[in-house]
Amino acid sequence: MRGKGAAALAGVLSSVLVLSACGGGSDSDSAGETNTGRGPFTFVTGKDLSGIMPFVAEEWNKAHPDEQVTIKQQSDAADQQLSDLQQHFQAKDPDYDVVTVDVVWTAEFAAKGWIVPLKGDLAIDQGTLIPATVEAATYNGTQYAAPYDSDGGLLYYRTDLVKEAPKTWEELITSCEGKTTSGTITGSKPGCYAGQLASYEGLTVNASEAINAAGGTIVSEDGKSAAVDSAQAASGLDFLVNGFKDGYIPKEALGFKETESLNAFAAGDLMYLRNWPYAYAQLSGDSKVKGKFGVAPLPGPEGGGASTLGGHSAAISAYSKNQASALDFLKFLQSEEIQRNSLVKGAKAPVIASLYDDAELNEEFGYLATLKESISTAVPRPVTPFYPAVTQAIQTNAYAALQGKSSTADALKDMAASINSAAAGG
Amino acid sequence: MSTAAVETAEAPRESRPIVTYKKGYDWGRIGNLVAIAAIVFWCLAPFYWMLVLAFRDNANTFDNTPWFTDVTMDNFRYAFDTEFNAFGRSLVNSLIISVSVTVLSMVIAVFAGYALSRLVFRGKSIVLAAILGASMFPGVAILTPLFQLFGDFGWLGTYHGLILPQVSFALPLAVYTLTSFFADMPWELEEAAKVDGCTPLQAFRKVIIPLAAPAMFTTAILVFLASWNEYLLSSVLSKGDTAVAPSTVAIVNFTAGPHIVPYTQTMAAGVIVTIPLVIVVLIFQRRIVSGLTAGGIKG
Amino acid sequence: MSIVSEPIAENAARGRKNRRKRSGRNGGLHSGDGRMALYLLGPTMIMLALIVGYPVLNAIYKSFLTDPGLDDSTGLFNEGNDWNGTANYAHWILQRCNAVGGGTESCPAGNLGSQFWDSVWVTLGFTVVTVIIEVIIGMLFALMMHQAFRGRSLVRVAVLIPWAVPTAVIAKLWVVIFDPQGVLNNVLGTSFAWTSEAGPARMAIVIADVWKTTPFIALLILAGLQGISSEVYESAKVDGANAWQRFWRITLPLVKPALAVAVIFRALDVLRMYDLPWVLTQGSNGTQTISILVVKELASKLNSAAALSTITFVLIFAIALALVRLFNANIVDRGTR
Repeated sequence: MRGKGAAALAGVLSSVLVLSACGGGSDSDSAGETNTGRGPFTFVTGKDLSGIMPFVAEEWNKAHPDEQVTIKQQSDAADQQLSDLQQHFQAKDPDYDVVTVDVVWTAEFAAKGWIVPLKGDLAIDQGTLIPATVEAATYNGTQYAAPYDSDGGLLYYRTDLVKEAPKTWEELITSCEGKTTSGTITGSKPGCYAGQLASYEGLTVNASEAINAAGGTIVSEDGKSAAVDSAQAASGLDFLVNGFKDGYIPKEALGFKETESLNAFAAGDLMYLRNWPYAYAQLSGDSKVKGKFGVAPLPGPEGGGASTLGGHSAAISAYSKNQASALDFLKFLQSEEIQRNSLVKGAKAPVIASLYDDAELNEEFGYLATLKESISTAVPRPVTPFYPAVTQAIQTNAYAALQGKSSTADALKDMAASINSAAAGG
Repeated sequence: MSTAAVETAEAPRESRPIVTYKKGYDWGRIGNLVAIAAIVFWCLAPFYWMLVLAFRDNANTFDNTPWFTDVTMDNFRYAFDTEFNAFGRSLVNSLIISVSVTVLSMVIAVFAGYALSRLVFRGKSIVLAAILGASMFPGVAILTPLFQLFGDFGWLGTYHGLILPQVSFALPLAVYTLTSFFADMPWELEEAAKVDGCTPLQAFRKVIIPLAAPAMFTTAILVFLASWNEYLLSSVLSKGDTAVAPSTVAIVNFTAGPHIVPYTQTMAAGVIVTIPLVIVVLIFQRRIVSGLTAGGIKG
Repeated sequence: MSIVSEPIAENAARGRKNRRKRSGRNGGLHSGDGRMALYLLGPTMIMLALIVGYPVLNAIYKSFLTDPGLDDSTGLFNEGNDWNGTANYAHWILQRCNAVGGGTESCPAGNLGSQFWDSVWVTLGFTVVTVIIEVIIGMLFALMMHQAFRGRSLVRVAVLIPWAVPTAVIAKLWVVIFDPQGVLNNVLGTSFAWTSEAGPARMAIVIADVWKTTPFIALLILAGLQGISSEVYESAKVDGANAWQRFWRITLPLVKPALAVAVIFRALDVLRMYDLPWVLTQGSNGTQTISILVVKELASKLNSAAALSTITFVLIFAIALALVRLFNANIVDRGTR
């Protein structure tokens, strides 16, 4: 036992030396252009909840026997996927060849040099894609990732309570009068409206949507400074803040994530719900509102709300040895065959624009036209390499405003200040 | 041999209930019963809810009917469906890891506990402080350097890569508990054994260890349960490799659909990992109580 | 340093004292103690050095380095890891943030740096409240488990169940139970927003933590109780001591070493608590512990997070020291009884 221990100790000491030697040197091998080899590779992606990955692997491997893909599934929680990717990139793991990137991680991964730019030999033609999805995969004017599924917010409404979905916030609020219980969902009537308003990433999505719909923006064009301290942003955020004050958003919504908000709507406890397209299938299944709900684009102050863009892209690791194979795989993920199958089998929103106009698909997925509108007009969440700090700034301050702990004006002022300080390096 | 030794000990120990009831009726007894009922209720109520959910359909997770409704075995079926997860395999992994961690930690900690409670040497307080200090750094901050270190060693996704860190994290508590209990054991017993011709370590093994059995079983249970429940380290250091990942990692990877939290499936898995543990604990528990009376004292 | 070890060292000293009485006759024992201790403690120290020592030293070193910064001309991050002095520490303790255009300013709300002291108080609050409740309930559990009565094994199993259920499972159970539409509000007839208001959210976390870890303390106390000779009680009874006096003057002092270990390790755990509040509230609503703050900072700045971890380490060290002194004083009392 002591011999073993001594060996281990020696191992520690030598690795301390190795690590510190690495820390000092520059990374000449990162983002090298010489890794464009071919061969088997690994695709690291979040848990495959909709069962579409076996098809992807099978089809690819059939056509590429010498460049087989191994699919590695991570957790289904986004924050755990992110920290797993960060850990592996920091360790320069060559086994993570192609990785799934949530739209909001693109800028950070690109700026850290972890994923390679898709230009030169690695360029991809993205002409058939919905432009908003490509924009969200672009950092500093260069595309870094290939979008392969998309997501946009929808307004779910109760067709048994209203004939037509409201187009404006005003209409939404007035349509609730008399039909809903104010301030809570424990009454005999349902609550009026809810989204994902707990203090987590979902709040960044919902707050951004409200702010963008009112004409406000969160960060400036170049992504380096805050632009959120504006009258438009204030009127947007006030839609949510006043919801709690006036009672058209039930107080329970302060703890709502996707699941909780969907459960409330499915139980008939809400008249309106903002959620992603995935909710459609569940509500159509075993729920109390089955056959009694419809979908519409998100409302805004004067009609035409702004959805936040969700979705995923695939990117090539800078440490991958088989980048040429990886690039072919990216194109394969964007192919119509895979896109169509992902929609049919897994209800994943496609990135190819023409699929949304496919009559057959529209018949099966009643919300497709609405979703296209939502995604085409969607605004990406702030594209910034400081995204973790920026989303913290948005969540913390928006939540304080929703709880009435700070005024909308103060919350936006603090939000702007902390976004700026994040861009200055915290 | 140790019979004579023990009989000369000045304070033979015996476990007897602290409170004995001599009168047939008294408020103390009723109060006791109420207290016991309250304890059982407090401990079991959430577990009861876990059982109810384990047998309920996931869509009805938030249905508050307080007894078993919508009973289904689907959650248990899901847990053991190898198409979706590696829960069955992970139970085996958990057992291998937890048993190894417990055995290794106990052996190492018994040595350390003996040294700290029985030997006179310089720097003892520094050693004690260093051992305690190992429990003071936020565990979440140790993960990344450990991941990189084990990556260099090639230890990621291996059993020893999962076992060794857990041994280290179990050691401070195990060493402190054992040191504290060993120090309480009367020295005279060992002295007497030595008079009978035992070496110090023999005396320790034959006299103190049996006497300290309750403390040792308690410590072993604490270490075993901590290892059985460990998630954070294993999730990172296993690299998600189902061949070595323990049950906690498998359970957290349960899925029910996009944005659907697999509450009831998780509860079913929770019941599966808890019940055998309860049985094991029950067996150990008897040892805790009987350890003293069955040990060398009565011999 | 040396103070940390005193309750244990004091125990050890009792062993020593006893032994010294005889060491004259057995002088040979002494000479090998140092080397023997080295052999016996070696495995422990090597394990700790490898798994804990290296990462901790690594983190402490990095806490004095810069994190990667954005190079405005290329839009790429540099490597960071330049000498940064104590700036990372000032970021947390003095809440200094980088200002636009250089220099530092007071951290604005929404920056993690501004949340440091809140997290410290929240963590300390959780520690004091949960440990006190756990000791009281744990003592009660242990005394009950120590009694002889029919169905004792049922109680023993019941008490251990909370500790046997993995946190990964139990955290999800609490999410269901504490849901505003969940079973707890239903049973109590209340409508607390358990996870979205500071008061109820903190209470929820305390309840969940107490439920889970009281068995830990109860088990350790029980093991301490097993070592108490019943003769001590008999003679106390003969002296006319009532039940309360017997508990206060005999039981408590005698289980104190076990209790000290239990309380110190529980305190160290709660001071580093992460998973339970993370699952229930993500740290919102006044439940953000220091470890949650560390995790949030780790998402973007490793070295700054290392500084926060080091501060936590120092803080916990100070608290452990204080606890050890507290228990030491009591052990001295016991000696004079």
